[in-house]
Amino acid sequence: MDIHEYQAKKILSDFGVKIPTGGIVYSPENAENKAREIGGSKWVVKAQVHSGARGKAGGVIICNSPLEVADATDKLLGKKLITNQTGPEGKIINRIYIEEATDIKHELYLGLVFDRSSESIMVVASTEGGMSVEEISKEKPETIIRSKIEVAVGIQQFQAREIAFGLGIESKLISRAANTIIGCYKAFSELDATMVEVNPLVVSHQDEILALDCKMSFDNNAMFRRDEIAELRDKTQENSNEVYASDRGMNYVSLDGNIGNIINGAGLAMASMDMIKLAGGEPANFLDVGGGATPEKIVKAFKLISMDTKVKVILVNIFAGINRCDWVAEGIVQALSKIEIKHPLVIRLAGTNVEKGNEILKKSNINYIEASTLEDAANKAVKALV
Amino acid sequence: MSIIIHKNTKILVQGFTGKIGSFHAEEMIKYGSNVVGGVTPGKGGMTHLNLPVFNTVKEAVDQTGASTSILFVPPAFAADSAMEAADAGIKTCVAITDGIPSHDMVKIKRYMRRYPKDKKMGLVGPNCAGIISPGKSMLGIMPGHIYKEGKIGIVSRSGTLGYEAAQQLKDLEIGVSTSVGIGGDPINGSSFRDIIEKFENDDETIAVLMIGEIGGPQEVEAGKFAKENMSKPVIAYIAGLTAPKGRVMGHAGAIVSAYGESAIEKVELLKECGVTISKNPSVMGETVKKVLVENNLN
Repeated sequence: MDIHEYQAKKILSDFGVKIPTGGIVYSPENAENKAREIGGSKWVVKAQVHSGARGKAGGVIICNSPLEVADATDKLLGKKLITNQTGPEGKIINRIYIEEATDIKHELYLGLVFDRSSESIMVVASTEGGMSVEEISKEKPETIIRSKIEVAVGIQQFQAREIAFGLGIESKLISRAANTIIGCYKAFSELDATMVEVNPLVVSHQDEILALDCKMSFDNNAMFRRDEIAELRDKTQENSNEVYASDRGMNYVSLDGNIGNIINGAGLAMASMDMIKLAGGEPANFLDVGGGATPEKIVKAFKLISMDTKVKVILVNIFAGINRCDWVAEGIVQALSKIEIKHPLVIRLAGTNVEKGNEILKKSNINYIEASTLEDAANKAVKALV
Repeated sequence: MSIIIHKNTKILVQGFTGKIGSFHAEEMIKYGSNVVGGVTPGKGGMTHLNLPVFNTVKEAVDQTGASTSILFVPPAFAADSAMEAADAGIKTCVAITDGIPSHDMVKIKRYMRRYPKDKKMGLVGPNCAGIISPGKSMLGIMPGHIYKEGKIGIVSRSGTLGYEAAQQLKDLEIGVSTSVGIGGDPINGSSFRDIIEKFENDDETIAVLMIGEIGGPQEVEAGKFAKENMSKPVIAYIAGLTAPKGRVMGHAGAIVSAYGESAIEKVELLKECGVTISKNPSVMGETVKKVLVENNLN
């Protein structure tokens, strides 16, 4: 789960990381007042959307008066921001963060992630702040500092100091920088985060170490014990069909193609998408209804796919394990009695009681194309497009 | 021999009396697995499915001599149960539970480092279908009847894609020595490398089918291991050719976040290691057959 920049900054500041003074606003009038309240003579108006690269997309505006702050807010609010990470549809700007401008001396990069090889938490830092970590690893890989943290004891002062010295920070600021790194680590480990990225982390001319921009992601599997994080979710930043699916316990990712998929199991779902592509088609979605694939789940899945206007053909591919094909077939028949599907429907059942399942489908009056293998299903789905 | 589980392997079910635990325990017993009891804290002394229930894993191990456990405990308590199994001297624990937080997985793995290698529990999963040695024992939630007894080792992240492979092999009259689901989580108990090493050391297994997907370094690490240490052929399929970058595809671990983690990159890197690639998921069985013929293994 992702959260907004301002939410991430609030969290980090609770862990002792210094951030510029700022506040969230929902209207231009609000923004002007907030700028006066913050004080100073220069402000940054920042669109809050779940995406990086907002600056390049026009989502960050520097202003020299409270009136300019109001204008900039007016310009951004309610618009869709299209960045190189949002896709062409962009993301809606409903919240604006107003911040005092920072007098930047150096821009640094600081990130924390799980390292899947060593199965520990890894701190990644670089002197090249402001660039994405992908760009840094491509263009300035020699500047990257990596430090593995032993999770049982957590980050040690010396590790944080090593990173800070590695970043070329002046001696008098080392302990400040180390505490910033430790604060980020604590936020990561204590809140079930999967990613903390401060980019840039800056050293100001006033000798402060500040988190200027920040992204945090959290483990969806840990939300049962993180109410305070779960409530930061902003569904307006997510695809509406994906929200519908996740609220109903289904794994769904919206894609650009026109062949809708209903599949059980994440691996089989990815494999079916691959087969569609190989057959010359494009999948409209990834959808894993779960190993169980109960009739209720099948009904919900059909509802979800029918909400996607891109879909022109629907492909159902169920490998029944513990649940039986006859049961799945009954679910499909039940679903189609409730939801009208206008598009061609290709169904492939496999596994336990496959003959019985296919018999139930044939005896029902649903209009569908039967497929036997994965390949056959993908080919028939692509053929049904024309 | 098969790997990890054999005909007489004594099995405990953790989370035995719950709905899911009960259902799958019954399926395993029907298949012929040697389930000797279960653990549900607070229900010790009861009898469930005609088998004893214990309060702690230690007690259960003492009284039944079980060496293996399967875990159906809800996510919030699963890490605790896995560590309890490790401490009670369980040799292999299969965690079926889907939804264990990554921070908990890191904790479990760190906890297990306290045991010397010969006393350290092998954890398989979580979020996996489990293990089956066809005709011998089933320690999982798979449909046992789709697996034919034989000589191919299967290791897969995905459950259903593993079933797909077993079915394709069966249709070609090729059997399986053991099939292991290692699960779809970013941090898991056993890696592809851990399992293919066991297959290499198993007399019965003649070739290994590895079914991977986008995300993480494990498939390529296994490929490198195979290149340097394996005499048996390895065949692989990697799912997620069409998966967009930076999105989680169902499995928490199925996300491309670094170089070498996309399906295309993994396929290229595996080819360099001498692994035969199944071009698409529909020809996993055929590709295995072809490799067997080429190596005079059938």
